[in-house]
Amino acid sequence: MPDLGLDVLFKGKNMIRLLGGLWVAVKISLISVAISIPLGILLGIVMTSKNPIIKAVTRVYLEFIRIMPQLVLLFIVFFGSTSAFGINISGELASVIVFTVWGTAEMGDLVRGALISIPKHQYESSAALALTPAKTYIYVIIPQTVRRLIPLSINLITRMIKTTSLILMIGVVEVLKVAQQIIEANRMSSPNAAFGVYLTVLLMYFIICWPISMLAKRLEKKWG
Amino acid sequence: MNEELLKVEHLTKKFEDNVVLDDISFTVHKGEVIVIVGPSGCGKSTMLRCINALEPVQGGRITIDGDEIVYGSKNLSSLRQKIGMVFQSYDLFPHLNVLDNILLAPMKAQKRKKDEVAKEAVELLERVGLRDKAKSFPRQLSGGQKQRVAIVRALCMHPEMMLFDEVTAALDPEMVREVLDVILGLAKGGMTMIIVTHEMQFARAVADRVLFLENGSIIEDSEPDTFFESPKTERAKEFLNIFNFERSKEK
Repeated sequence: MPDLGLDVLFKGKNMIRLLGGLWVAVKISLISVAISIPLGILLGIVMTSKNPIIKAVTRVYLEFIRIMPQLVLLFIVFFGSTSAFGINISGELASVIVFTVWGTAEMGDLVRGALISIPKHQYESSAALALTPAKTYIYVIIPQTVRRLIPLSINLITRMIKTTSLILMIGVVEVLKVAQQIIEANRMSSPNAAFGVYLTVLLMYFIICWPISMLAKRLEKKWG
Repeated sequence: MNEELLKVEHLTKKFEDNVVLDDISFTVHKGEVIVIVGPSGCGKSTMLRCINALEPVQGGRITIDGDEIVYGSKNLSSLRQKIGMVFQSYDLFPHLNVLDNILLAPMKAQKRKKDEVAKEAVELLERVGLRDKAKSFPRQLSGGQKQRVAIVRALCMHPEMMLFDEVTAALDPEMVREVLDVILGLAKGGMTMIIVTHEMQFARAVADRVLFLENGSIIEDSEPDTFFESPKTERAKEFLNIFNFERSKEK
């Protein structure tokens, strides 16, 4: 059995520190998701507009955010805001801003897709059954949209959690950064710790994301 | 002749500059079954959609029981309760089971009690042979079954008349019969209906009057026997000939 340096995890408060780092990552993604979902729903509704200017503006926003690497966005917001505007924001706030801007774009596109995938016939047969437009939305259109949307937006949450591994680059001490610190601090006593510690981080991401991903799969099957 | 139920006067419908319905007038009396036939694109379906105000019209008046049906007007919901409509593509609500599909509009649009409507829904399902499907979801049903559910869903609103828009056009041949039988049953029960169909034998069996529509105008308005035996116009003769086949080989 090779020495994986797992003993490092049980030294002092190392395990608690790792879990604390994981919490930072999960917290930032959950806050961002919580803001992205309502904004994304609004954006998605706006994106179904027939107005060519609104269409163009939202399209550019979506494509721009998608094409840009998240790391570059993080740098622009974190370092750029200080150098250009002299505003000093924390790494965590910068992360939430970037993840919200990104999440809103992705969520908006999901909402738009779900809305336009409801066939016109659903509106017409509701109208023929004497349902008013408001009741048609409440009982026919929104329930179907939500069923299509929930599995997709859950996947977006796991993508966000995974992408938080980038925010150590702007100085946020999340799980990966804590792992690095632990490895550095124990370089002399346990030179092999890197493998064991990173493996633990991997497992932590897995334990968080796997149930969420399973839930999405189950809902998709149930409503598909 | 019974009293007038639906009156269409000088109905004109255009899609941009294209005239789809050109000054159409006819009256439907209570208990009457009108079948509309005609070549594809002649405006049959559009006419049904105009009657239910799913399309704006550019001229003319449509009244039911003397109340004018106006696209986008406020009292549309109460007028539409008098008109049941069944579409070619069934259009059941995929997220609701059969029973909930039927219950939704009576409960939400008519504010009726669930128990009362559910009892009626089950009776109607029984009548179309689908009682055991009440808890099934639309995706678990065949096309013919879905279409029968769609008919029950419309009937449960207690409409004064029914519109059928090519309801068997998307069905496999062996399922056409089960749907047409339901409509024939309704005709026997005295339901007022306007039926757009390409099933000529069915049309002849069910109709009190046949309207032949071409290029947005009613060219013939006859009793079914007259229309199918000795149509008055050349165009109707040509149209009916499409449905006849002659033996291609000598015996």
